[in-house]
Amino acid sequence: MKLIFEKSVEGRHCASLPKNDVPEFELGDELRRSHPPRLPEVSENELSRHYTSLERRSFGVNSGFFPLGSCTMKYNPKVNEDIAKLEGFTEIHPLAPVNSVSGCIEVLELLKKLLLEITGMDNLTLQPSAGAQGELTGIMMIKKYHQSRNDNRDKIIIPDSAHGTNPATASMCGMKTINIPSNSEGRVDISRLKEVAGEDTAGLMLTNPNTLGVFEKDVLEITDIIHKSGGLNYFDGANLNAIMGVVRPGDMGFDCVHLNLHKTFSTPHGGGGPGSGVLACKEVLSEFLPYPNFFNTSDFYKTEDIPEKSIGRISGFYGNFLVYLKALCYILSLGKTSIPLSAKTAVLNSNYFKNLLSKKYNIPFPNDCMHEFVISMKDEAKNKGVTANHIAKMLIDRNIHPPTVYFPLIVKEALMIEPAETEAKELLDEVAEIFLEIYDIAMNDPEMAKAAPINTEISQPDEVLAARKPVLNFYDEENVDV
Amino acid sequence: MNLPDNLRFSKSHEWIIIDENNTAKVGISDFAQHSMGDIVFINLPSVGDSFDAGDEIGDVESVKAVSEIYSPVSGTVSAINEELLTSPELINEDPYGSWFIEIEGATIDDSITLMTSSEYEEFCQKES
Amino acid sequence: MYNYLPSTDSQKSEMLKSLNLKSIDELYSSVPHHLIVENLDIPEGISEFELVSKMKDIANKNTVFATVFRGAGAYRHFIPSIVKHSVSKESFVTAYTPYQPEISQGILQSIFEYQTNICELTGMDVSNASVYDGASAAAEAVSMCRNNKRTKALISGTVDPRVISVIKTYCDAADAELVVFGEKDGLSDLDSLVEMLDETVSSVYIQQPNFYGLIEDCVRVSDIISKSGAKFIMGVNPIAMAILKTPGEVGADIAVGEGQPLGMPLSFGGPFLGFMASKRELLRNLPGRIVGQTKDKNGKRAFVLTLQAREQHIRRDKATSNICSNQALCATTASAYLAAMGPNGLLEVAKQCLSKAHYLKDKLTDLGFSPVYKGEFFHEFLTYSPVPTNIVLEHLEKHGILGGLPLGNRILWCATEVNTRQEIDRMVALLAEVVK
Repeated sequence: MKLIFEKSVEGRHCASLPKNDVPEFELGDELRRSHPPRLPEVSENELSRHYTSLERRSFGVNSGFFPLGSCTMKYNPKVNEDIAKLEGFTEIHPLAPVNSVSGCIEVLELLKKLLLEITGMDNLTLQPSAGAQGELTGIMMIKKYHQSRNDNRDKIIIPDSAHGTNPATASMCGMKTINIPSNSEGRVDISRLKEVAGEDTAGLMLTNPNTLGVFEKDVLEITDIIHKSGGLNYFDGANLNAIMGVVRPGDMGFDCVHLNLHKTFSTPHGGGGPGSGVLACKEVLSEFLPYPNFFNTSDFYKTEDIPEKSIGRISGFYGNFLVYLKALCYILSLGKTSIPLSAKTAVLNSNYFKNLLSKKYNIPFPNDCMHEFVISMKDEAKNKGVTANHIAKMLIDRNIHPPTVYFPLIVKEALMIEPAETEAKELLDEVAEIFLEIYDIAMNDPEMAKAAPINTEISQPDEVLAARKPVLNFYDEENVDV
Repeated sequence: MNLPDNLRFSKSHEWIIIDENNTAKVGISDFAQHSMGDIVFINLPSVGDSFDAGDEIGDVESVKAVSEIYSPVSGTVSAINEELLTSPELINEDPYGSWFIEIEGATIDDSITLMTSSEYEEFCQKES
Repeated sequence: MYNYLPSTDSQKSEMLKSLNLKSIDELYSSVPHHLIVENLDIPEGISEFELVSKMKDIANKNTVFATVFRGAGAYRHFIPSIVKHSVSKESFVTAYTPYQPEISQGILQSIFEYQTNICELTGMDVSNASVYDGASAAAEAVSMCRNNKRTKALISGTVDPRVISVIKTYCDAADAELVVFGEKDGLSDLDSLVEMLDETVSSVYIQQPNFYGLIEDCVRVSDIISKSGAKFIMGVNPIAMAILKTPGEVGADIAVGEGQPLGMPLSFGGPFLGFMASKRELLRNLPGRIVGQTKDKNGKRAFVLTLQAREQHIRRDKATSNICSNQALCATTASAYLAAMGPNGLLEVAKQCLSKAHYLKDKLTDLGFSPVYKGEFFHEFLTYSPVPTNIVLEHLEKHGILGGLPLGNRILWCATEVNTRQEIDRMVALLAEVVK
């Protein structure tokens, strides 16, 4: 389809603005740009159709089964979207006087109370805008904690199954990453952990259940080893959906945790964002939380006098308010019974689905999986040339969003599958049949697998060309099509 | 496997050739380029940078992976192959013609094993 | 109690039976038993109807001001309905990061169009797919310029203090130095910049227009920096870019900013949009997602996430940033807004911002709210207040007007295209009552 710039016709217009009703002010030529930006000139009808066409070429949770591992693609309730569109929330200036924003403050306080109970923590900040920013906040706080004790610990211990954001975060905080291997069950190798934990250990970052979907059953021993070494424990909340309301990070020995509200608490992913990466912590880290802590409303306007121990601001204002507002709606709707029930149903769905797929697919770490599990196509790739990516592309032809591919790194040819709790049994049955059928087709005729997808508008875009000769905007000098 | 006899190879899959003036050229082996797949970008050091044997001197990117390159010898970078910065595909097409950097005062260090082509061939077979 | 769980109890029993289990709890057997929460202390769930009334009640506790003269980093502009409708489409809202290009061309093309728009607005060569907000974009820009030899960043004291704070947080974490250089007459003190520039400086950050609304002499800044080897980062207001000299024209290396004015409501500060663009030679240092154009196996134009080997999921501890998402839906909002406005509409918005703000300044000056600075400004300006600011602002609030932002005994005012002459005149009349 055409780009909006290719639909542009000089002189066409869309939005109507009122006439200027005050004397026109002329800005000096020396301050003005020399050429106008080449923005599209389209009518409202064309614009509407453009976005309808783009939507048709997108795949959301509303489009079909979306078992993307570690991303928790659950259903995004519509009522929460409507509530986030209320003028009483959207038209509030972030620097409006405190007495005019009591509704917003009520939202913050309600959500804080609920999330502290669900995480088992003592305090939190809503500022981080995504999981990765929550991680950054948490590790900054751990660093500041050690600094405040004149302790220059600089090693963060991370299992080899961890998300790439963990080591990248440690690095942004000037910390060195110590990788520890997983054992044959897919869990942290405790003896190795004991060897590396020591007086230079600033902390541990752990995802539990981990990215293999396996619960770290020795979690209490793990967090204790770190505490005894003088380090702190960070819980990566990416997989919290498995244990939401069932087990609490705060009870497992963790000192802080980030929550991906866009995973666990149903706020939509928006094609990549906006999300929200709330960071909750135990009392020991509370004084290091970002500033302002707007539960203390007297600090509301302040831009300076940041308390010495706070890591400082992490967001221009208070994070993604409308996003965490939706998470609040979700928790209020589900409440004390359905929050844990949703987690348990996610775990049931995953185990049921795993059982169906295990008839043909190899699952290298099959035991104690919770909300997700990982398939390996290693043997099929070696024997038949059928890779994880081929299976992914074949699923696309059946209107199924592929699982996460090639992650975690410790499983060769990985397909990481997370069927969220909002999928019905009969759909899981149907989709499992498709997975099994595709497997047979691929094994019998690898060339067919390699040709997929065939039902899509484009197929197998050349990523090498894209990276070698980057064309990153329509008017890019490298864009020979312009 | 394409393995010219005049080159020496490191365990991290760099090739090196050192001339009579102790000037070395370094690149990556055919085995390395093949396991990386289509190379889309390389990061190289600057002329004048000095390295010890085994130091990281840059990296090679494919679409979905990145691999560090280590210096098989110590010395000072006297030239970099700028052509590779704009045409990284040359590394796939001609790995032994695509030298990455030239090192002056190249000094072999016992800590880095440099293998002959036949030793390296055996090493690669074990690795794969 | 409400939930979104479709499987019925009998279906769940069947599922358990197929797994040879009696209860779901058995699936939690690897969890230490005493850690299982018996009684989660949160209220029971409520119905959709109850939720809506509860949340409406809460929303109604906020005051929606009919008239707003406050900016300071969050601006009220007109948002055409087509923008809201375009971005509310379900498959945009509920999609994930477009990892699978064959079923994500819509989102990928939308981001490619966004990148084009940002390059056009800023005059830069390349843009990423966006980051969290303007402040984090600024912090990421400062980080991307730093290297082993150049570790110190300079920032003007005329930058939004919240942006300075966020940059400082990121710098502190990396044990990197951030030095704020002074201001003179409300503008960056360029003499002090000249003095502070040395071979350890990695970047210099200037905001245009600055926090006081004043237009900085970025051509001169660029001249000063260009000889030093440091990078010039400009934080810009995207609406002002319709009329002001762009970072590209003045020779800046990186342009960043808060994209909220491009079609996003105030929303108590978020979600907003951080945009980041740079010269082509800094492309590899740009953090975050980037969408590129390529061809599919049949030669058809296609879009993909590209240059991913820079990013954390591949480079892990060697990545320049840990960011792994963008504000995709907000980026789409910005693109839809810019398409709805077009070049002429956006220029008209910018001109009206200028004209209304100047009209407001003249009226306020007449009342004794004299401007603190003389320099040329865009849509914000700082005045003294002849009476204590709280008396002024509370009087306005009583009449449904959110006045400027108080800064000590001064007030930072803002006017945009949505402020009519009638509104301005009415406010001035109300102010006349308190200064009498």
